Parts: sequence; structure tokens; C-alpha cells
Amino acid sequence: MILPFLVWLIIFRYIPLWGWIMAFQDYKIGKPIFQQEWVWFKNFIDMFQDPEFYKVMKNTIAMSLMGLFFGFPLPIILAILINEVKNNVYKRVVQTISYLPHFVSWVIVASLISSMLSPDGVMNMILKNLHIIKEPILFLGEPKYFWWVVTFSDIWKELGWNSIIFLAAITSINPELYEAATVDGAGRLKKIWHITIPGIMPTVVLILIMTIGNIINIGFEKQFLLRTAAVRDVSDVLDLYILQYGIGTFRFSFGTAAGLFKSVISLTLLFTANWISKKTTGYRVV
Amino acid sequence: MLMLLLVIITLYPFLYVLAVSLNDPFDAVKGGITIFPRKFSWVNYKEIVSYPNILHATMITVLRTVIGTITSVLSTAMVAYVLSRKDFLARKIVTALFIITMYVDGGMVPNYLLIRSLGLMNNFWVYILPGMISAFNIILIRSFIDEIPDDVEESAMIDGANDLLIFFRIILPLCLPVLATVTLFSAVGNWNSWFDTYLYCGGNEKLSTLQYELQKILSNASASSTLDYYSNLDPNRTMRVTPQSLRMAMTVIVTLPIVCVYPFVQKYFIKGMTLGAVKS
Repeated sequence: MILPFLVWLIIFRYIPLWGWIMAFQDYKIGKPIFQQEWVWFKNFIDMFQDPEFYKVMKNTIAMSLMGLFFGFPLPIILAILINEVKNNVYKRVVQTISYLPHFVSWVIVASLISSMLSPDGVMNMILKNLHIIKEPILFLGEPKYFWWVVTFSDIWKELGWNSIIFLAAITSINPELYEAATVDGAGRLKKIWHITIPGIMPTVVLILIMTIGNIINIGFEKQFLLRTAAVRDVSDVLDLYILQYGIGTFRFSFGTAAGLFKSVISLTLLFTANWISKKTTGYRVV
Repeated sequence: MLMLLLVIITLYPFLYVLAVSLNDPFDAVKGGITIFPRKFSWVNYKEIVSYPNILHATMITVLRTVIGTITSVLSTAMVAYVLSRKDFLARKIVTALFIITMYVDGGMVPNYLLIRSLGLMNNFWVYILPGMISAFNIILIRSFIDEIPDDVEESAMIDGANDLLIFFRIILPLCLPVLATVTLFSAVGNWNSWFDTYLYCGGNEKLSTLQYELQKILSNASASSTLDYYSNLDPNRTMRVTPQSLRMAMTVIVTLPIVCVYPFVQKYFIKGMTLGAVKS
């Protein structure tokens, strides 16, 4: 029964891994992989000497770190807030609405965001009415705003969704702890600080490790869809670089090398974060 | 209070886009529309529906979502079932082989070359095959199957049922809550994807999907080129709509099915997610 699926697994998941060999060759289409010319580390050296590469690395890391810094604590705070709501209907409505953006595609989000941020969009309207600005700001046309636009679009889309896992963690905390705290005279904030937060700590650490492991896999969808010609310099990320060089200009080996580099970095980060966490807090993922 | 703000921030863009799409295009240019259309009109939608490409793209998207979801859920569940069976000898190693794929993958270029050499470029099956089985969903379904008492299977086996029969008649019905979750994820994934169209079928209008059409409208950054793209069939069309209004209507069309289905399946995925989170 499982045989066809094993064949599928090998073809679609393991043959591409085999393709990593290409990173050390000068791959030309049409020849079997072992008759290709071996160039060993030439592709990597080329990459490390390409100024473009450092630009995309800077953009990738900057946007990832901003996403981590602003995007990581918010879902935890939201989960704690939702948990404090006692009215069940209200709670449900808030949850339903906050998860919704997760289910629409980045294409749609890009369309929504660009209309909100357009010169006559709501963002400029608010800023104008508050007399913060006089002239509308071209949010999507100026490089200095692009990272912020990407970061906050991502938060807008995933905030509610990312809070689910923390909510699940909160619900599994033993209710007796809260009762005991009430008897001892602890207020709401005290309970959050001394029971809720320590209670979800294992989940927080777990998600943090996985987020750090993925820091270089920021993806390219949001950047690809939100960017305009004017912000090219700050919007190119590693995956777009691979797409552009590896597939766009048929430098397959070069693209593979960049992809391999990315995988190595992300696995290293994952294991390092995991190791640090194991040493300091005792929690681990792998 | 804070949460009310969150609700407004989340909902406002959707309502705004809906309002603009239902408003007279040239009236909308004046701005100031909030969440209600000022001059109601269907013209944007009529315009979009009249492009032959859009109807075809809708068909492809629906077809892809239906076929892709069914094959993906069935095969993922089947793998999960086999991996849950303690009498399956290679259980540990096969499980490991699937789990590894969650952490490493070949990357964009080797995948692209693979699709090319399999002859899947400009082929409808490129939407279905590569994403057929998801390791994450295997774990989700398997942890659910593990909850089912072994006796249920054993008694069926004594009654002479074979593996396939057990799978379809016993395991699948018992797994409905988790299958609903996985079905939702898979359907949404299929409905939302556009990059495979871009990468593997970019030049082929016959295989274009709705998301890809919307992406094309978006990426034509300058206003006039969007209109050129959609009006090269009939220059008179430019008179009736604006690029902005057209984009909004298209956004609504692509979003609508998700917004309609989502509230009904919500309770299933929350259950499924919570389950998965507690287990792993």
C-alpha cells in the first residue's frame, strides 16, 4: 500500500537533494549528472565575491530580524489578552476575525496593503487628519519604508494565527494554579506574570527555536509582490537572488550553490538555537 | 479595547476593497470611500467576467483545488495509516524519511530541473503531484489514528476485512475531525498558490490560475499598463473602468470563496491545531 508513496517520496523529495551535487559542478542541461564538469567550490567563491550577494544577505537578515523582534512577542501578548476575555461570544468573534488574514494569499494581501498605503489610501488620510504630514507619503515607492511595510504586512497577516499555539498552551495550564493564586490574593496582572507566562514558557522557547532556525528562509513572496521598481535595492532577498540567477539566467549550478548555502545556514541556526536552549532552559526541539 | 482595534485593523482593508469594487469606478477616483459604496455599480465585475481568460482561470483554479485537495488528503492519510501500523516492519525508517523532508529540501533550482525533466512544465499535473504528501499533515493525522484503539482494527480483520477496506471503512470515518483540518489547509493552499503557475506555467494562458491573474494585474505597477494588459482586446473598454477599480474587483473575486467557507470550518481547524500543538 505504501509503495507508490515511497516512489513519490524519492522522486519529489530526495532526487532534488541529489541535485545538490550540481552546486559543485558546472551544470549544463542535457548531460547526465556524472558527466558534468566538476568545479568544486568555484560557484561558492563566485557567490562570496559578488557584491550583489551581500546586498541580498543584508536585506534578508534585516527583514528577518525585524520580523522576529516585532512579530514574535505580539502573538504571545494577543494570546494572553484573548485569554483574559471572559465573554465567550466576544472572544470567538475576535479569534475568528484575527485568524482570517492567514487564509488569504500574499497576492491578495499585497493588493490590500498597496491600496491602504497608496497616496490617497487610508494610511495617508489618517496621518493627514492628525496633522502629522502635509503631503501624502509614497510608502511603496521609497526604499526607507520598504522593510517596515514588509514587516507590518506580515504581522497583519499572521498575528492571529500565530497566537493559536500560545492560546492552546494557556488552556493546558492547570486551573487549580489560578484558584490557589486567587486565594492568596493575587490580582490579574500578578496571575499573568506568575502563572500564565511561566506556564507557556516551554511553548515560547520551542517556537523561538523554530523561528530562529527559519530566519534565513524568509521567503520571497511578500518582497516579490510588494516591491516596486523604486525599492529594488532593499527588497531583493536570498530567494529572489536564487530565482533571478539560478533560473532566470540559467546559471543552475550557481543557483543550487546559493540554495545549499541557505540550507546549511538554516540547519546550523536551528541546531545552535536548540543546543543553547537545551543548555540554558532544558527545552529542545530536535 | 485593544482587541476592538485589532478587529477593525483586520477587517477594514477587506471592507474597503469590497466597497471600492462595488462603486462606480470614476466616482471612486475622487477618494473618500470608507466601507460603503457611494455610487453602487456592478460595472467592475461585469468587466472582469467578460474577459475570457478569467473564466478559464477560474475553472483551472477550481479544478486544481478539488483534485489537488482530494489526492493530497487521501494519500497523506494513507501514508499516515500505514505508518501507524505496528506490524509494518520498515515503520521507523520510512517515518524518518518523511520527517527529514520537513527540514531539508533540494531548493528552488534542483526542484525546477526535476519538474523540467519529468515533463511537468506547462502541464496541469504540476499543480497536483509535487505537493501531494505533506510530512506535517502525516504527523497530524497519525497522532489521531494512534488514539483509535487497536481492537477496532483487529476485530475488523477477524471479520475478514483487508487493509484497504479497514482504511476506507474504519480509519477514515473515525478521523473526520483531523481530516477536515487537513482538507482545509490543503484546499486553501491550492486555492492560494500562484508561484508554481509563475515558475512552471508562466507563459501558458491555458493553465493560468486566478491568483496568477491577480498577480499579473498587481505587478503591472504603472496604472496605464494594467489597463493595456486587460484592454488590448477592445480599446473601448478603457472608458468604463479604472485600473484601481478593476484590481479591487479582482481581489474580491479571489478572496470571496475563502471568506465564505472559512467561518464554517473554523471550529474544526482550531480543534485540529490544538491537538497537533499539544501532541508535538
